Amino acid sequence: MAHDRRDHDEKAADTSGISRRGFISRVGAGAAVVAVASKASAESAKPTETMQATELSRITLTVNGQQRQVLVEPRWTLSHVLREELGLTGTKVGCERGECGACTVLIDGKPRYSCMTLAVEAQDADIVTVEGLMDGEDLGPTQEAFVEKDAFQCGYCTSGQILAVEGMLGDNPNPSLDEIRIGVSGNLCRCGAYVHIFQAAQRAAELKQGVGGES
Amino acid sequence: MNDPKEALYYIDGVDVPETPPARDLDQEPWGETTVVGKPLPRVDGYERVSGTAVYPADMSLPRMLYGAILRCPHPNAVVRSVDTSAAAAMSGVHVVMSGFTPSSRALQAHRQLIESNLFNPHCRHEGETVAAVAADNPYRAQDALRAITVEYDVLPFVADERRALEPDAPQVREGGNQVSDTQQYQRGDIEQGFVEADVVLEEDYRCECEIHTPMELHGCVAQWDGDSLTLWESTQGVYNVQAQAAAALGVPLSKVRVVNRYMGGGFGSKLAAGKYTVIAALLAKEAARPVKLVLTREETLLAVGNRPPSNMHLKVGVKRDGTLTAIQFTGTGTGGSQQAGGTSLLDWIVRDLYVCPNVRTETTDIYINAGPARPFRAPGHPQCSWALEQMMDALAQAIDMDPVELRLRNIPTVSQGRNNIPYTTTGLRACLEEGARSFEWQQTKDAITTESDSHIRRGIGVASGLWVAGGGGPPSTAIVKIYADGSVNLNMGASDIGTGTKTVMAMVVAEELAIAPGDVQIEWADTGSTQYATGSGGSKTVPTESPAVRAAAIDVKAQLLELAAGEMEVDASLLSLADGKVVAGGDSPKEVEISALRSLRRRGSVTGIGYRGPNPSGKAVNPFVAQFCEVEVNTRTGEVNILRFLGAHDSGRVLNLLTYRNQVFGGITMGIGYGMTEQRVLDVDQTGKMANKNWHDYKLPTALDVPADMTCLPIDLNDTEANTTGAKGIGEPATIPTAPAVANAIYNATGVRVTGTPIDPTKLVSALAAARGED
Ligand code: FES
Ligand code: FES
Repeated sequence: MAHDRRDHDEKAADTSGISRRGFISRVGAGAAVVAVASKASAESAKPTETMQATELSRITLTVNGQQRQVLVEPRWTLSHVLREELGLTGTKVGCERGECGACTVLIDGKPRYSCMTLAVEAQDADIVTVEGLMDGEDLGPTQEAFVEKDAFQCGYCTSGQILAVEGMLGDNPNPSLDEIRIGVSGNLCRCGAYVHIFQAAQRAAELKQGVGGES
Repeated sequence: MNDPKEALYYIDGVDVPETPPARDLDQEPWGETTVVGKPLPRVDGYERVSGTAVYPADMSLPRMLYGAILRCPHPNAVVRSVDTSAAAAMSGVHVVMSGFTPSSRALQAHRQLIESNLFNPHCRHEGETVAAVAADNPYRAQDALRAITVEYDVLPFVADERRALEPDAPQVREGGNQVSDTQQYQRGDIEQGFVEADVVLEEDYRCECEIHTPMELHGCVAQWDGDSLTLWESTQGVYNVQAQAAAALGVPLSKVRVVNRYMGGGFGSKLAAGKYTVIAALLAKEAARPVKLVLTREETLLAVGNRPPSNMHLKVGVKRDGTLTAIQFTGTGTGGSQQAGGTSLLDWIVRDLYVCPNVRTETTDIYINAGPARPFRAPGHPQCSWALEQMMDALAQAIDMDPVELRLRNIPTVSQGRNNIPYTTTGLRACLEEGARSFEWQQTKDAITTESDSHIRRGIGVASGLWVAGGGGPPSTAIVKIYADGSVNLNMGASDIGTGTKTVMAMVVAEELAIAPGDVQIEWADTGSTQYATGSGGSKTVPTESPAVRAAAIDVKAQLLELAAGEMEVDASLLSLADGKVVAGGDSPKEVEISALRSLRRRGSVTGIGYRGPNPSGKAVNPFVAQFCEVEVNTRTGEVNILRFLGAHDSGRVLNLLTYRNQVFGGITMGIGYGMTEQRVLDVDQTGKMANKNWHDYKLPTALDVPADMTCLPIDLNDTEANTTGAKGIGEPATIPTAPAVANAIYNATGVRVTGTPIDPTKLVSALAAARGED
């Protein structure tokens, strides 16, 4: 019953308007001050416009190779926008404060906590979520390796673990066991599937190098 | 309810339901199996790694709102007033409710397990619910919470159970801070036992409070269709939640449907409905829109359960030959400000694990102003194991005996805690012997003692254990249906909390019907469409459900073969199933595709029903365990590097070796957290508040805290009495002796014994310094 997206109109209806993209900051109680640079005016130093925390801006995110336009409040995190606005619920949230890694996505190829990244910050970046590792309906090699090695129990940390491994292998296609342990050390697994995660990471490295068959 | 475990896993005051007797079909124990026992990947692995599995927190419904809860920031306070007007006036905010909201049922007691009002006028712990909102998005909901003004009368508090019984301690509840009379247990003559001992040792132990914090936050989505409620809840037991939500809302069971397909871990904290469940339902009712209410991590650290802290004193007598003569145990604990089992099962291991004729225990449950305890993976056992297993190690040292050998001298064959009824199987000896062999205990021990005198010291440790439950039992009903084309559907009410329940049950069906486990379609954990099941907790899901599923598969097979016998004109007893065909053995071999059976096509399907039969009467069905580990301690820094772990487990028949192993490693990992990193810190002197209500300061073990070298050694004793699949539970025993095994290894490495959890470097380095005679 997960719907990809509710219509935006209902939300837009009770906000005071949509700001154009540009330098934004806000004043008022209760939310953080946010400054966002667009490419066009990146050299300029001062905010030129003030907006409310609840005002929506139209931004474009590049997620799994697709451009997605979305209306966001400046304070919204990337994890919130991916999950609740774009319906990409493969990205999970465990703490929303950079402690667990359940929300890990690749931003320009690097594993990042999407709960610690504002959606507006992620414009112009290349974002990959667990859904983006699929080849159509087929699992990607890291996902395959996680199934084969039973590298999860509940599966709630799993997308994050998979993207941490994916990011690590992007940098280092042949990681040692210690490198793997460090590579996934920013991702908690309360079910304690770490040992199988290490094995899956090793297996993923093999699969990516075309070593198929039994392991 | 005379078995101590039952109170924990069923609803208080409600009889444990029964299921009808199993049909009279051949259910001989399996011999050689073709599917069962194999290390097979999960049938739902694809969903869990692709992002397509929809967990309750992932749900999204048209017009759905987001709920949030305002919680009391004080450990003890009376709510004088709640002003919600500013919040209610905010754009995008649809409902605001509190204990002062007229109408609603908000002030009714929320019955069992959650004994206080939904919004309690007297908040007895930090994190008690005060108000709730529903808004367009989670950010607006948080804005609205900040706009609510609450006036509190802040009262004195007590946040340390070790001080709560002092005469001047603030009263958490009327009638004093002792929850009930001290629980006592006694057998034999304890004084005489101590007289007979050659050595008597005494020690104090403490285990800190541990918090479940499953990765998926607690929460649900609530939707009403008129007077019918659907809850998509992250839970271990949909039927528990249904019963509790219906009672709290005052509606019939048939008006509450609880669904839980995927859930991100529970460990005991999600066996019951939460206040948040009822709040979500009330918000949704009032808004006339669906509401998603997912707690924050901070809320889950404060308010939805923990393993209570335990203060234990042990006095044990032993003879030089290793015979235990007397065990005296005193324990206190706290379930927080509610009656929540602060000392549940705390003394069970002392009563039951080792042969000892003279045993006396006393446990006292105490109120403090802190969040409620909930069952947590083997309630009471890891605490008691922490004390007893370190004591066994110390006794072995004192009588100059190997610690494995001392345990082997005291292996029980009967459950002494249950008036000496026998266990169906006692794998403890095999766990210790085969575990020690496989770990190379003796060789490692010899190698270590000859090592040089560096500041890096190596050591090995052992600890064993048993789990009071793990045998499962009725009720459970399962249905297996064969469709006209021969494909199969399994219907069961149990949740798969990440343990691999669905996979194991598909394998049971596959074994009986000679198909591939991946070909079994599974319908599960939905009170509206699946069969009754108790909550997935207590390591009882596999031993409870697998016999019911097996019975259903045997039933449907018998019916199918009867249909085929008519069409094939062969006696049904000569028929069997293979690769989607009915095969007739005997003189004139014949086979027919199941999909070609005309009578099946006319009917559309055949349906088999299976019930969980009773457990053997007069016998105890318990899993046993021995774990071994090797550590390296840096005596300058107090850092401990756990090099390897081995878990030898008697949990009956292994149904899936891969998920079994995963449970063992996961239990060891959690046990490492218990022993080494985890601890709730309450600011007991100044504010009474929790000082580490986040995952940065409440430290879970990470990938760097566990050894990559873990071994799982199943001790499969072929238990033909326990139930018709021979399985016992594995989830809880896997975590019981881990922490003391590490503590014993640290002692072996350094000669320093740390009797309080967690053994973090700060604590260990000062213990080491003290042992060297430094400050
Ligand atoms: S949800 Fe982002 S790190 Fe925990
Ligand atoms: S699989 Fe459950 S948290 Fe990692």
